[in-house]
Amino acid sequence: HASLSIMGKKAVRTGLKRFKGDGNKTHAPSKPIGKNASFHRSGRWAVLKKNGGKWPVAKKVAKDDKASKKAPRFYPGEDVPKPFDRRNVAKRAKLRDSITPGTVLILLAGRFRGKRVVFLKQLESGLLLVTGPFKINGVPLRRINQAFAIATSAEVSVAGIDTSKFDDAYFAKPKSKSVKNADGFFAAETQKQELSADRKNDQKTVDTKILDAVKKTEFMRPYLNARFSLSKGQKPHAMVF
Amino acid sequence: LSFIYFKTMVFTRFVEVGRVVVINFGPDAGKIATIIDIVDGKRVLIDGPQSVTGIHRQVIGVRRISLTDIVVAKLPRNSTQKNLLKAWTEQNTLATWEATAWAKKTKAKAARANTSDFDRFKIMVAKKQKSKIISDKLAQLA
Repeated sequence: HASLSIMGKKAVRTGLKRFKGDGNKTHAPSKPIGKNASFHRSGRWAVLKKNGGKWPVAKKVAKDDKASKKAPRFYPGEDVPKPFDRRNVAKRAKLRDSITPGTVLILLAGRFRGKRVVFLKQLESGLLLVTGPFKINGVPLRRINQAFAIATSAEVSVAGIDTSKFDDAYFAKPKSKSVKNADGFFAAETQKQELSADRKNDQKTVDTKILDAVKKTEFMRPYLNARFSLSKGQKPHAMVF
Repeated sequence: LSFIYFKTMVFTRFVEVGRVVVINFGPDAGKIATIIDIVDGKRVLIDGPQSVTGIHRQVIGVRRISLTDIVVAKLPRNSTQKNLLKAWTEQNTLATWEATAWAKKTKAKAARANTSDFDRFKIMVAKKQKSKIISDKLAQLA
């Protein structure tokens, strides 16, 4: 007997049918070889049946009548590369479990590297809103990237602080007007932006509450004032923060 | 056990039934146990007792353990955990171990490794204060 695995489905079924129906009598199963069997097995019979006995014909695509269109008046001399469509929108970074409102973070990069600051909340862009407090270490309300911060186990209570008015738009840089003439281009354009009174007031409002909380823990104020650094023999990967 | 040829023995810590050992290697590293039987030249049978040290009854290679000075006296070979625990409580073995400099050093090392950033800051301040007191006193004496 040929093994069931090489026979086509239909051949097996018909073979079995005959086998089942006839009780004890043994019958040879239908032949797995032959033009008919291979036609069925290849799936071409199934295609014919689906298409009503005829072979399916590919749909004709209507050709664009190019002769009717006029050549454009202008086209670039060289092929301009077209950039790909970017549909990937970066998601807001997941906040580490170790970072909760009030956590003391160590900043690792930027102007205030090494400073210990208090975390307030995560903004829509994924950046973290932190504050020094300004009176302690000179760090204002600022956005930082989670990747450049170490979360320590120390915490300061930030309960009751309203951070709803702070978002990415609050921190957006004002668009500077581009100077067109040649003189202006080389002139010292850096005009020191005076910090608005609003910003200073916001800083004060947030910081007074934090300062009260800092007072309650001994050594917290000098701790936030001090900068973090590694000394000889200290390995950050082996240290507990 | 000791064949005293000389006034002092070269070796003082022996692999014997009742010897308290520190496990050096493996998942139980740092914990102590008692030798309750010897398998062969390279292996011993140890037991915590489990309720005290956390080590289950097991065969361990002699290379994975360090012998201590402490011996649980009069421990019969292959004693049950109940008897071992009884011997430990009667002889205050755990207290004897924790009084040793070895145990204290291990504990201090573990504590130091677990200090948080804030703790490290506070320790630094305390050290500075201490050295100030000393240097002030020294300046007084000079």
